[in-house]
Amino acid sequence: MSDHDHDGHAHHQESFVRKYIFSTDHKVIGIQYGLTSLLFLLIGFSLMMLMRWQLAFPGEALPLIGSLFSDSTMPDGVMQPEFYNQLGAMHGTIMVFLGIVPLAVGAFGNYIVPLQIGAPDMAFPKLNMASYWVFFVGGLIMLSSFWLPAGAAKAGWTSYPPLADIETTGQTMWLFGMIFLITSSLLGAVNFLTTIIQLRAPGMTLWRMPFFVWAQLVTSFLLLLAFPPLEAAGVLQLFDRLVGTSFFLPSGLVVSGELLDVAGGGSPLLWQHLFWFLAHPEVYVLILPAMGIVAEIVANNTRKPLWGYRVMVYSVIFLGFMSFIVWAHHMFITGMGTALSGFFQITTMIISIPSVIILSALFLSLWGASLRFTTPMLFALAFLPMFGLGGLTGLPLGLAPTDIPLHDTMYVIGHFHYVVAPGTILALFAGIYYWYPKATGRMLNEPLGKIHFWGSAISMNFIFFPMLIQGLAGVSRRLYDGGASYEFAQDVIHYNETMSIAAWVLGLFQLPFIFNFFWSIWKGKKVENDNPWDATTLEWTATTSPPLGHGNFETAPTVYRGPYEYSVPGHDTDFYPQDQP
Amino acid sequence: MADSHSMEEIQKHVRVYMYVFGTLMVLTVVTVAVAYLHLNIWPALIVALVIASIKAGLVAGYFMHLIGEKKLIMYILALTGTFLVIMFILFISAYHDQVGRAALEMVYHVA
Amino acid sequence: MQIPYTVEARPDTGVNNAKLGVWLFLASEIMLFGGLFSAYIFLRVGSPEWPGDILGHTYTSASEILNVPLAFVNTIVLIASSVTIVLSWAALAMGNFKKYRIYMGLTVLAGFGFLIIKAIEYSDKFSHGYLPAENNFLGIYFVMTGLHALHVIGGMIVNGYFLGPGAKMWKSDPKRFMSRIEVAGLYWHFVDLVWIFLFPTIYLI
Repeated sequence: MSDHDHDGHAHHQESFVRKYIFSTDHKVIGIQYGLTSLLFLLIGFSLMMLMRWQLAFPGEALPLIGSLFSDSTMPDGVMQPEFYNQLGAMHGTIMVFLGIVPLAVGAFGNYIVPLQIGAPDMAFPKLNMASYWVFFVGGLIMLSSFWLPAGAAKAGWTSYPPLADIETTGQTMWLFGMIFLITSSLLGAVNFLTTIIQLRAPGMTLWRMPFFVWAQLVTSFLLLLAFPPLEAAGVLQLFDRLVGTSFFLPSGLVVSGELLDVAGGGSPLLWQHLFWFLAHPEVYVLILPAMGIVAEIVANNTRKPLWGYRVMVYSVIFLGFMSFIVWAHHMFITGMGTALSGFFQITTMIISIPSVIILSALFLSLWGASLRFTTPMLFALAFLPMFGLGGLTGLPLGLAPTDIPLHDTMYVIGHFHYVVAPGTILALFAGIYYWYPKATGRMLNEPLGKIHFWGSAISMNFIFFPMLIQGLAGVSRRLYDGGASYEFAQDVIHYNETMSIAAWVLGLFQLPFIFNFFWSIWKGKKVENDNPWDATTLEWTATTSPPLGHGNFETAPTVYRGPYEYSVPGHDTDFYPQDQP
Repeated sequence: MADSHSMEEIQKHVRVYMYVFGTLMVLTVVTVAVAYLHLNIWPALIVALVIASIKAGLVAGYFMHLIGEKKLIMYILALTGTFLVIMFILFISAYHDQVGRAALEMVYHVA
Repeated sequence: MQIPYTVEARPDTGVNNAKLGVWLFLASEIMLFGGLFSAYIFLRVGSPEWPGDILGHTYTSASEILNVPLAFVNTIVLIASSVTIVLSWAALAMGNFKKYRIYMGLTVLAGFGFLIIKAIEYSDKFSHGYLPAENNFLGIYFVMTGLHALHVIGGMIVNGYFLGPGAKMWKSDPKRFMSRIEVAGLYWHFVDLVWIFLFPTIYLI
């Protein structure tokens, strides 16, 4: 912990390995996180595109690439149920823990936060490097589990026991991978908090911090305090699996017609409590940085101050706090008593208030503005209604009477995908388009960006909206055949094809983005000045694009004003940088 | 912190550390002694937790210099403590407020 | 530009980076052990008997299975090591490096003592067939004390480093070295704190 030697990095020529692989520069680490997590997002999405084939055409051979798979997973291109379950569990795990969190926190947080607060680097650069490499190892462990004889984890991303306790070896790998990922998040969280609290430039008071930094601050607290109980739970589940304890196994458990030979006396509910104690705050870990990104882009492209900046900050703090006491709304059907369920319903309704405030503030910021419809702004604008839809569809799930019939149906899948896919992921794309010139000195191509935007935003709705309809009809979320063998599902089953085609179309529309991303590194339009978006925050105004080497700023910037002073009357430009007196 | 302290102050600190050490020893003996009285679960639990909390307070307050520590650290610990207590309370309530717990009690004779 | 506040405190927060970082780390450690304590409570209130059936015999008190005198000695060893590490810091504050070495050496030694006693305790349990799989009480006992022992080992590695190769910094940058010892001490006291709660809750009640 205390080892954070930093002397003299900037003074001597660094070797390639020190500079680009085992780098301690937050900008390089941010890019490492970014590329790795984008790759994981693509992998996680590919798993889902495979599953969607089985859902749309159950039992039919997958054409073209089906023959590439092994006989234990897809003999003759027909997906086995076990493989379907592996894909499902790993899709969730990869998207949440290896894709979105490292992109939102590891990549954007690392790259942008020190620049926005005027810091030379993160507070503990070596710890920062360790955080990335621990994450990387965790990711490799997760991926490698697909090559185990019985395949990867199959018990869902929530890993509920007793199933997860008696699962094949993939689940053990999952737990080891999770322990690495949790450790990485903890190292990152300590680093972010120390950086934001300690390394702010002169004049950068808390109330002058951009909203994005506030969002990262609260997110880091969530990671710091919510992840450890899951680590504890992971250790307990590892003991259950490897040592034969029965922390999560009740007495008299019968598996495949035989009494399980364990001591018993444990409780599957214990896992659920420990898991959701993390996993509900985790939802906010996914969404808060996204809100932060959107706030930056909205302010920049409306050329107005954010409407209600302070209220947004109070809301984000309140959200963070409340997110610790709503977790059991995931567990209404576990036989919870009315008093406790009442408590969690009330807290769940309360937590929707600050989310609505933030969303409303962002909408009101648009009022009366002459919007610049740049690609990042389009993504940010789409985030607003999409996240709104995700939030509103969550309300029935937060109330026990409506949650009980909807629990574990496709409706739940539709709800949280609206929050994380057209919500968070669109916001993350917005961030990539917005800060790409910061990192490379070149703009991403606008027409390609717009194709990417419209294709993604529209196809995502064709994937997730039908899920809500199917769920209301009662289709369960975990059916290998997508409901084909159920009488009651027949009226809504045709949506499976629509959703699958939309998913593949969404995949196609990522191609212009991937091309754009790499092509623009060398061929993109060069930025005309260091501040191509005419922004006010420090990362644009006090440092070059792309930024200097290790150390970021030639001289420490001094901050004189709030983050969003756009269109200030009497000023000669329509933006008033934070570091201008 | 240390650089602002003079020699005498440090020596005063050292004396305090020794007093605290003595108190911790006494309290440890008391906990074990109470355990040998075989009290009922609730009084035993309360005595054990009260003594443990006093010991923890002494270690944190004097050895970890939490007395007189900066507000920032206090806020962080207060936040953590709040979530810890919330976790304990909700976990215990989650056990006690279960549908069908009466039936469970009949089967297992849980008190 | 250099990273500021690595040694001296930031005026408005009053602490340096290392100290804040370690306190934040300890906050997450509190939640880690808090999660395990919650699990312990949850399992315990859900059991008709505690510790319950082990190898065909029903126990009603943990002290019938665990060795309280050994754990008592271990409590004293750990508290004593907490005192020696704070004295090693005080020795540095008074500029007495020799005394620092002695006290830090004693701290590391106490760590070894704690682990040896723990090992005796564990091997005694294993030889009687009291394995973690036998019963949830034994399971949670091994998980919690085992994780605590891992923290002791981690602390000993850090303290050993500052006793040996890390002590060179006293010559080059004494202020920073003192800050490191203070921070290492914070962690070591935390390990002690966890044990102060583990001892009564697992062994005595």
